[in-house]
Amino acid sequence: MHMKNAAITVVAPTVFTVALFVLWEFACWLLALPQTVLPAPTAIWAAFRQFQNPIIENSLYTLWNTLAGFAIATAFGLLLGIAVGWHRAIYAAVYPVLIGFNSVPKVAVVPVLILWFGVGAVPAIITAFLISFFPIVVNVATGLATTEPELEDVLRALGASKLDIMRKVGIPRSLPYFFGSLKVAVTLAFVGAVVSETVGANRGIGFLMLSAQANFQVPLVFAGLMALAVEGIVLYAITAAIEMRFTGWAFRGQNR
Amino acid sequence: MTLSATAPVLVRLDRVTMHYGRGSTAIQAIDTVTLDIKKGEVIAVVGPSGCGKSSLMKLISGLHPASSGSVMVEDKPVKGPLKSVGMAFQASNLLPWRSVTDNVLLPMEIVQPHRSLIRRQRSKYKANAEALLAQVGLKGFTEKFPWQLSGGMQQRASICRALVHEPDILMLDEPFGALDAFTREELWCTLRDIQQARGVTVMLVTHDLREAVFLADTVYVMSNRPGKIVKVQTVDLPRPRDIEVTYTQPFQDLVHELRRYIGGQH
Repeated sequence: MHMKNAAITVVAPTVFTVALFVLWEFACWLLALPQTVLPAPTAIWAAFRQFQNPIIENSLYTLWNTLAGFAIATAFGLLLGIAVGWHRAIYAAVYPVLIGFNSVPKVAVVPVLILWFGVGAVPAIITAFLISFFPIVVNVATGLATTEPELEDVLRALGASKLDIMRKVGIPRSLPYFFGSLKVAVTLAFVGAVVSETVGANRGIGFLMLSAQANFQVPLVFAGLMALAVEGIVLYAITAAIEMRFTGWAFRGQNR
Repeated sequence: MTLSATAPVLVRLDRVTMHYGRGSTAIQAIDTVTLDIKKGEVIAVVGPSGCGKSSLMKLISGLHPASSGSVMVEDKPVKGPLKSVGMAFQASNLLPWRSVTDNVLLPMEIVQPHRSLIRRQRSKYKANAEALLAQVGLKGFTEKFPWQLSGGMQQRASICRALVHEPDILMLDEPFGALDAFTREELWCTLRDIQQARGVTVMLVTHDLREAVFLADTVYVMSNRPGKIVKVQTVDLPRPRDIEVTYTQPFQDLVHELRRYIGGQH
């Protein structure tokens, strides 16, 4: 049984990913696509080896901006989510503005940020934050709002304050929602940071890709995309691992 | 242990009316209910769905105020939530991230003076909770999580949680409603035993007439909304009652008599 599980969780994704790259390589060779349209995986790898140092350096810069924005989004999202879930009035007051704000494409905000803060890390961090806090707020608020009324009665009959109910029931209950939203938010924060870098920056993987594109170094553009994809997977995996660690009880059906 | 006729009155409802909402859209849930619950008595409230049985519970526990009339517990008017109440519902509502023992200890983390003491004396409190769980047949399951327990076991744990802070009144709102017939009868006996052992006053809301007659000293039948008491039936079957009693003629007669008052034939 365990062997079978290992086969599913390790072998299946590996085979699928490798197959995808092989297919890509084969298609490029068969259709004789020029490198400026779609470079083959081998060409991308070659570009990566050639520009290894700048790619890693700029990736780390982007990663740092992403994590900074994500950290702010987590703290802010958690607090706002608790506030929104605390009382219907706060929910009613804040929600329309929040949805309107979330509907604005963040790429349109970046020029304003650059105007205010200049080219550099700050616009990237703020964009990462702006794009990623919304799902955290919504999920935490949902978790709090769906506390069973009967359980609240049980505790209220004991003289529990609203804060007691939040601490003992509401917040632990909303943790799976919170960690679930972190997985979404961390990838969004990445998008935010890169978007900001492609609009205006002097460092970062977005900036690197923009420069490569200007020089028609398409394999290098793709190498940048690959680096982003790998970092995204790693960040997702880390948040997912933290989620399992803290809210394993919510996954009971899956590991039996 | 039989309830003595001279036991003091714990809860006294005097011509109580209760509404949900205000003004013209208010819904009347309870209509001039008068009843006494003696200390150590088990009362059952039966009636059709939506007759205000649960509202009566909210009224006595202080979760919802009366519109008129008076609600007194231990000769004091009820103004807000009573801490001397333990509640359990049809859904066990156990917290999935806590072990059974920690679930049972939840009220202790809320109610004074335990709230201040439990931090320092956790092991002592834990031992008490485990003893209580053993009393309802959950010895050996104390460290399990709720989802590892059957429905009946979860309900036992839920009753322990309602009892752990030694409340004066145990309020049960259709606690066995979601269980199969055999498990239900087992839990009747568990409740009977634990009530006798502790002498706690119980208010049981149910729509199962057999359950009401088996467990209660007094059964109140409520009419459709707004809830009015249409029948008060004293059950003088001798205690302790065995499940066998449910197959005897006097028991059947009582159930039959109560049935007449449900469903609007009067």
